[in-house]
Amino acid sequence: MTINDIKDILKATYIIGEEHGEKEVHTACGSDMMSDVLAFYKDQSVLLTGLCNPQVIRTAEMMDIICIVFVRGKVPDEMTVELAREKGIALISTGHRMFSACGRLYEEGLRGGASYR
Amino acid sequence: MNDQIVLHYEIPSDDFTRAGEASSNVKKKLKKMGFDPEIVRRVAITMYEGEINMIIHANGGYIDVIITLDKIEIIFNDSGPGIENIELAMSAGFSTAPDNIRSLGFGAGMGLPNMKNYSDEINVESKIGKGTKVYAKILVTKRID
Repeated sequence: MTINDIKDILKATYIIGEEHGEKEVHTACGSDMMSDVLAFYKDQSVLLTGLCNPQVIRTAEMMDIICIVFVRGKVPDEMTVELAREKGIALISTGHRMFSACGRLYEEGLRGGASYR
Repeated sequence: MNDQIVLHYEIPSDDFTRAGEASSNVKKKLKKMGFDPEIVRRVAITMYEGEINMIIHANGGYIDVIITLDKIEIIFNDSGPGIENIELAMSAGFSTAPDNIRSLGFGAGMGLPNMKNYSDEINVESKIGKGTKVYAKILVTKRID
């Protein structure tokens, strides 16, 4: 699945990073708690979150996450967007809530990646 | 690469928006040096969690990173309040972070457990009222499951 596919499935819009649209995403993670995201270990991932601060971008950077989906129509502030631009991370925003956004991507075949323990 | 590279970072107190700059810098440097992306990621996450902890709990501190070809060592030093029960602090889900930190996406009680998971060796020393020292080592050859 590509970032463009995710954008279409979630009827989302790009905030920045349209040029990364054809990059492949293999796994996804949905959380507002960044430490939970940091516990998850897979590359080429997408993060779905309702949190809108620079630490979301930092977390994505550390994890090599290539795309962040902001749910519930959220859009982060300019400083956060700028940091993502600097790090080459695509940001998209969808009107879906977390549960339905995750559900739609799962339905289309995207999986979590982290094993259940 | 020289036999050993030592990096030193001062972590400012209570500047949450800048948290992660030191870890980002280390990640960039390790990538440039050609370390395996998985090793780089493990170092970056371990250091980032430690950096966040320092800002949330200890009014900042400093971090030394010692890079050699076979291992990367991260040493965190702070003069914060100290950890009362280290064993409890190392267990997943235990947190003493205030509510305002939780609204920023941290304080889930996963900081030290994540640092332990991503490193090959971790040692925490703490004195109440004096501060905390965390030593974490990541072997360059060993891979995470």
